[in-house]
Amino acid sequence: MDDLIADFVAECREMLEALGGEIVAWEAQPDDRARLDSIFRFVHTVKGNCGFFEFPRLEALSHAAEDALADVRAGRRHADGALVSAVLAIIDRIGEMISAIEAGEDMPAGDDSMLIAALAPGAEGVAAPVVTAADAATRASAAPRTIRLSVELLDRVMSTVSDMVLARNELARRLRESETDVPVDGAFERLSSIIAEMRDAITRTRMQRIENLFVGLPRMVRDLSAELGKQVLVDIEGGDVELDREMIEMIRDPLTHIIRNAVDHGIEKPADRLKAGKREIGVLSVSARQSGNQILIDIHDDGRGIDGKKLVEKAISSGVVTKEEAATLSPRDQLALIFSAGLSTAAEVTAISGRGVGMDVVRSNVERIGGIVEVDSKLGEGTRMTLRVPLTLTIIPALTVSIAGQHFAIPRSAIEEIVRANGEAVTLEHLGGAGVATIRGRRVPEVSLAAILGLDSKVDEQDRRLVVLRPAGGDVYALSVDRIHDHEELVVKPAAPAIMATGLYAGTTLADDGSPILLMDPAGIAQVGGVKLEMQERTARIAEGPAEVVSKATPVLLFRGLDGGRRALRLAVVDRIEEVPASSIKQSAGQLRVQVGDAILPLAGATAEQLGEGKVRLFRLNDGGYEVGYAFAEVIDFASIENEIIHADRLGEVSGVSLINGQPAELVDAHWLFANYVGSASRSKEQLVCLVPGWDPWMENMLRPLVEAAGYRVIDDADEERADVVIASVGEDLPEESSNKTIWLRPEPEPNGKKDDSIYRYDRAGLLMALKSAGAGRGK
Amino acid sequence: MNELLLIVTIANERVALPAAAVESVVELDTLIPVPRAAPHVAGLSAPLRSVLTVIDCMRSLELGDTDCSDGIREAAVVELDGHHYALIVDLVEDVVEALSEPSPVRAAMGAGWERVSQGIVETENGPLLLIDVAALIAGNEAKAAA
Repeated sequence: MDDLIADFVAECREMLEALGGEIVAWEAQPDDRARLDSIFRFVHTVKGNCGFFEFPRLEALSHAAEDALADVRAGRRHADGALVSAVLAIIDRIGEMISAIEAGEDMPAGDDSMLIAALAPGAEGVAAPVVTAADAATRASAAPRTIRLSVELLDRVMSTVSDMVLARNELARRLRESETDVPVDGAFERLSSIIAEMRDAITRTRMQRIENLFVGLPRMVRDLSAELGKQVLVDIEGGDVELDREMIEMIRDPLTHIIRNAVDHGIEKPADRLKAGKREIGVLSVSARQSGNQILIDIHDDGRGIDGKKLVEKAISSGVVTKEEAATLSPRDQLALIFSAGLSTAAEVTAISGRGVGMDVVRSNVERIGGIVEVDSKLGEGTRMTLRVPLTLTIIPALTVSIAGQHFAIPRSAIEEIVRANGEAVTLEHLGGAGVATIRGRRVPEVSLAAILGLDSKVDEQDRRLVVLRPAGGDVYALSVDRIHDHEELVVKPAAPAIMATGLYAGTTLADDGSPILLMDPAGIAQVGGVKLEMQERTARIAEGPAEVVSKATPVLLFRGLDGGRRALRLAVVDRIEEVPASSIKQSAGQLRVQVGDAILPLAGATAEQLGEGKVRLFRLNDGGYEVGYAFAEVIDFASIENEIIHADRLGEVSGVSLINGQPAELVDAHWLFANYVGSASRSKEQLVCLVPGWDPWMENMLRPLVEAAGYRVIDDADEERADVVIASVGEDLPEESSNKTIWLRPEPEPNGKKDDSIYRYDRAGLLMALKSAGAGRGK
Repeated sequence: MNELLLIVTIANERVALPAAAVESVVELDTLIPVPRAAPHVAGLSAPLRSVLTVIDCMRSLELGDTDCSDGIREAAVVELDGHHYALIVDLVEDVVEALSEPSPVRAAMGAGWERVSQGIVETENGPLLLIDVAALIAGNEAKAAA
């Protein structure tokens, strides 16, 4: 019997957790049938089980709610605010009772008849019991039917696995140096793939979707705004960003606090909003995204904003700054005063977020985990708070470079491209002591890593390499380094405070040979190097493209397909690895499709016969717009293509074969995949031809699939065919008379003056429009 | 049970570290410098495949540099706020029992020693200066800023 009750409690908890967001969504749209149904199912389940277990009060409550909801479902009644509140109150009471059952305590005291009476049509709304943040937190963190493990244990496993990878790499080197038998190689190969698999799995155990943190927000905001007499719409984005489990717990409180502040102090009462010419309903948007080795969480409200001048006055009167200091503060610094202890501009003390305490605590909490809080606000228009937190203990792709013999790592997500200082279309000049690099007509500040670090580089300036970086939220600059070494997957750990204090490093990691390497922080280098960053919010957001790296050694993911073939996919197009039950793969609309979360993706790499039962693992490929799934049996390793590629004779899923890690592997043609699985519908009979001169991975991995999906055949300048249209980067030299029409792409979102008719390279709509009009202009 | 102390030599001076704070004693061979970090941060080392931040105790005490050029150095590994540090010392001697609570030093010491001192403890080997590990790791810069 106890087991059954435990199951019942677990099931109820699971459903309650999932319901949190549903109820609020239902309130916003009472005629949303799907939401209504899931709430109905919940009370129905509770009712059914109660009869069995003899919990009469639970049964009465759930029965009453079920009746009321059944009326709504049958159309006999309309779901209004009073009903929603009454149902909410009942669900809360059910939650309390379930907690009591779980703890083996007596049922909480209280009369349920009030709650039940409130369900009656026309009843006065009951005051919904206020859910405190603490309650919400315990509820969200109670994960049913799972084992709890201490994070230390996971850490230990993780670091052992990292050591194992290092040991494997060392063994691999030894094996390469000595003559070995084929069976030894085979056994090693197997060991290798098992280790890779294990590392992948253990990394995932520590990762959790940030959704877990976001799921309770709509309910919290709803309760808060109801209490304050405000109307707030919550908009949540980026729930599928993954973050270290521990980190999620660490940012729960700061995030809650910021949101409370936003609802309480930021968003105005409906009447005030109307007076200010805004919509009655305030919008609070919360979004998460990954940027390099950081997760950025934006909390934006369209409320009254923060008055910088008032803050300064307060700060002066409370002695945080002197008058002289205050006069020199920039608007940004003024806003930053909100983080000083004991400052608040709220006119009244409220129960929700109190007064004056808070933001300094939020900041110190976030900084304790190596994060940053930023604030930006326009008076009368709203406030944006940004939490930047590191992704500790995760494996991040990085590029290793060296200065004067010492190796450093740079997170690959910040890298735009790599060029030679003396390469074509690149010039390096010094103006007033500052380095300026001109790369294909674009001027970017140059920072010498050797100078920043105070190291003595023996490599002549002209022989250095320039790594063009775009730090999260910042502007482009070029970092000159002595040499570029390798792409590596590094396990990054936070560095000691004395090292972080330099502002230059993001963490430490171990190289294959076991020696420590410092991971550079691109934004920090820019700051120390004196690069003037223009805070262009839009740029930072729009330019959030997948990592692009120029290098001869193309990084690939080596894997075994379902048919046993050894294949490789370019790392740049692989978004992440998913595991789905075979049952979520269906033959529909002419091809295999797989359901992953809320998305349905075309599935390549498998036939219906190969899938069988159980779980299927797949790569989620992304060309920046569309996604395709690719089923595989196992990941073998990360590798890079260094050998010659023998191209296939005809177009198909496999574009060629190359020796990777000493064995042949088939290269999967991601462009073909996208063209065939995504763009097949839009392909016209007679293909238009598009010339994309100059090889560059962005063009190859990103642009080409897009152009092909638009119905073009892509050729490069080696082909002697005449093209209907040419696409080139601004500043590139083009052979004359190569085409009727040229589409120029620029890297910045903003046009360079009025006459600039080039297109921003992530402006998909603009690009497709230009391609379409070029195609239409062609004679029939 | 009295507190155990690890006796080490720093700058020819025998001092005591609380043994509970010391995780292990390692020999450092390679040292990767951390450019632009505070001078008492000698660099990074990973003798046991986990990264240690190496602290030059002489520097932290403002007594000059430890000469790291001759290769292997002995160091005591301590943990502070989740980070692991290796404190370079001249010599690790012994573990002894403290025979008294630390009492204030009333004589004038060097500024560096003053900063890291937790007082005098009596041991079988005579009185020793008990070192505050956190202060040693923080170095003199942190003190200046506070």
